[in-house]
Amino acid sequence: MVPLGYYLLLSAILFATGTLGVFLRRNVITVLLSIEVMLNAVNLAFISFGRFQGSVDGQVIMFFVVTVAAAEAAVGLALVIALFRHRESLNPDAFTSLKW
Amino acid sequence: MLLFLLFAAVAVGASLMVVLGRNPMHSVLLLIVSFAALAAIYVGLDAPFAAVVQIIIYAGAIMVLFLFVVMLLNAHTEDEGAAGPTPAGKPLVAGVAVAAALVLELAWALARTRGTSGRTGGGGADASVLQSVRELGGVLYRDYSLAFEVTSILILVAMVGAVVLARRES
Repeated sequence: MVPLGYYLLLSAILFATGTLGVFLRRNVITVLLSIEVMLNAVNLAFISFGRFQGSVDGQVIMFFVVTVAAAEAAVGLALVIALFRHRESLNPDAFTSLKW
Repeated sequence: MLLFLLFAAVAVGASLMVVLGRNPMHSVLLLIVSFAALAAIYVGLDAPFAAVVQIIIYAGAIMVLFLFVVMLLNAHTEDEGAAGPTPAGKPLVAGVAVAAALVLELAWALARTRGTSGRTGGGGADASVLQSVRELGGVLYRDYSLAFEVTSILILVAMVGAVVLARRES
């Protein structure tokens, strides 16, 4: 049996990777993908904690996180499409004004 | 253990390539690889339902949505403009600092819980309970029924919001 620490370490590495992506990338779509990576890291932590506690609650929470991720992806991508229509750009630095 | 290390390496490698890759199309496809590796790890954690949800909803639904948007916006030129592909200075420093802080924080937490993880790690006996989708459904509809219903409202709001935001004003 793999110890809990290994799962948490993998989760932390994935979360750090996602965070790095959010800060580094200059493309709104890649930033959204990085957020998905971070959500998956959190899911892994929930499921491994649930497994080692011997309860299914971790999997239930993972279910909710996936639902929220789906909602976030739908709204986020709709925003990306609307922004691209106005600015013809996907660079987050192009969207600096609230109104134009 | 070997399988865990294999799939963990695949997940981390694919995620790094998602984050560092130039082409959004490649990023989306590599993220599916990463999700598949995570699903395999979930199977190792006695969570087959989570693995199936991961494949169907994440790799199936959400990633197809991303793929459609990437193709719709014709965005595989990536990072155009004078800003340059790699941001210098402050964003780089901030990203590296936050990532390092998160890893350090977890390493500290792991060092503290080393003694207790052995105590709670014994749950091999109730693996059948964890694997049972019946049990999961019971918990989901009994203990978390309010959250489950609120989730459906969230999905409805997200759906309406997406339609309103992406609608072409004419």
